[in-house]
Amino acid sequence: MFLKVRLPILLTFFAGLIPIVAFFFKDGTPYVKTLSSSLEQDMVIVSGFALLLGVVNVVQGNVRKIERREKGWFYAIVLLAGMAFMGLFGAAGAMRLFGLPGIGMMADGRPTPFQWGSLYLFTPLQATMFALLAFYIASAAFRAFRIRNVEATILLVAAVFVMLGRIPIGEPLFGPITEWMMQVPNGAAQRGIIIGAALGAASLSLRVILGIERSYLGLDKSE
Amino acid sequence: MTGMELFGTWIAALLTLCLMSFLYKDNPLFRFAEALFAGVSLGYYIGITMDQTLRPNLFEPLRDSGLTLETGHLLFAGLVGLNLYTRYVPKIAWFARSSLAIYVGYYVGINMVQKLQGEVLPQAAATMVDLTGGGSPTDALNALVVFIGVLTVLIYFFFSVEHKGVFGKASRVGIWFLMLGFGAAFGYTVMGRISLLIGRINFLVIQWIGGTLQALGIGG
Repeated sequence: MFLKVRLPILLTFFAGLIPIVAFFFKDGTPYVKTLSSSLEQDMVIVSGFALLLGVVNVVQGNVRKIERREKGWFYAIVLLAGMAFMGLFGAAGAMRLFGLPGIGMMADGRPTPFQWGSLYLFTPLQATMFALLAFYIASAAFRAFRIRNVEATILLVAAVFVMLGRIPIGEPLFGPITEWMMQVPNGAAQRGIIIGAALGAASLSLRVILGIERSYLGLDKSE
Repeated sequence: MTGMELFGTWIAALLTLCLMSFLYKDNPLFRFAEALFAGVSLGYYIGITMDQTLRPNLFEPLRDSGLTLETGHLLFAGLVGLNLYTRYVPKIAWFARSSLAIYVGYYVGINMVQKLQGEVLPQAAATMVDLTGGGSPTDALNALVVFIGVLTVLIYFFFSVEHKGVFGKASRVGIWFLMLGFGAAFGYTVMGRISLLIGRINFLVIQWIGGTLQALGIGG
């Protein structure tokens, strides 16, 4: 019980307390500040391992799909092949294996396999995927911007002004009012959202540190 | 354009067209490109994480300096990271909780300080400015609008009191400010997506068709 439940909660408490306590000390203060900065460097490393944990999950799910010949299993093979190509060449480049100088360009100016994949697979696919949203955003706009009440009208006017104010033909006429809208009322709304979200995040952090919130460990309040 | 570059351009162009085919309807070519995108993205982040996070912070310091007093904590970090993978061994899956606890604990701690010190206090200070502080009347009016906006948006987000009466009216004004903010964000998103679309069409016309014609010795 202690090792499975109490210890993780205590570890969260102490790990959370270290950066908070360190905040009240000057840079270079022995023990407190050095411990906090060491932990900061360590957590960057752990975050790397955590990201690769997601990769293991994806591999597991897709291998299962292929084994069971579930619907769309062929696309699971494509996904794994794409991941293997970029992941293996990326890892080999990062570790400087097989004569690869890194994940960027070779000494003679040719791209490494990882860089080639990044230039001709990842970048165009990503850009096109987001560009496709330009079409779907139009239908979303139609639904969102139908003038039904004051709120929808404000949404419509703000969006139209921003769009017109940012193109060459509309900039002379709508530019100043767009600028004012972005700086003043939009700035106020963003500021309100930032303050509200930050207060919410801070209170959630406190709940986690104090062990009130435990769902991230897969525990409920009774445990 | 070298042969390898032309080959890459053709691959990129065909994949672009595969994805764009979704505008007609869902089809196997789109799903192929979509699955490839998911896989390639994951692989890309593996490479980036290995090269920019694990190599400079863990592997290189340990390789260059060995296990010393200064680098000892890196071994601890590596073990904490590896311990996350015990979740795949059912009998000792609970080991991973300790790593997760340290990881989450540290980041919520630092997050709490950063949010309060880096966001709440500066934003609140920038909202509460002196209206008679020497600026023009327009500046004072703008500062007043910002103050009213921030206050009413925060009132809207305050759910511990029922939104009725004066509180409800202030909350309604908060919604108007929020709608204006969302409208502006929507407008920006549309412009960004259109810009990306123009970029892809430029790529198809200039780099793919133009580059191929050039390679064939047709055109300038």
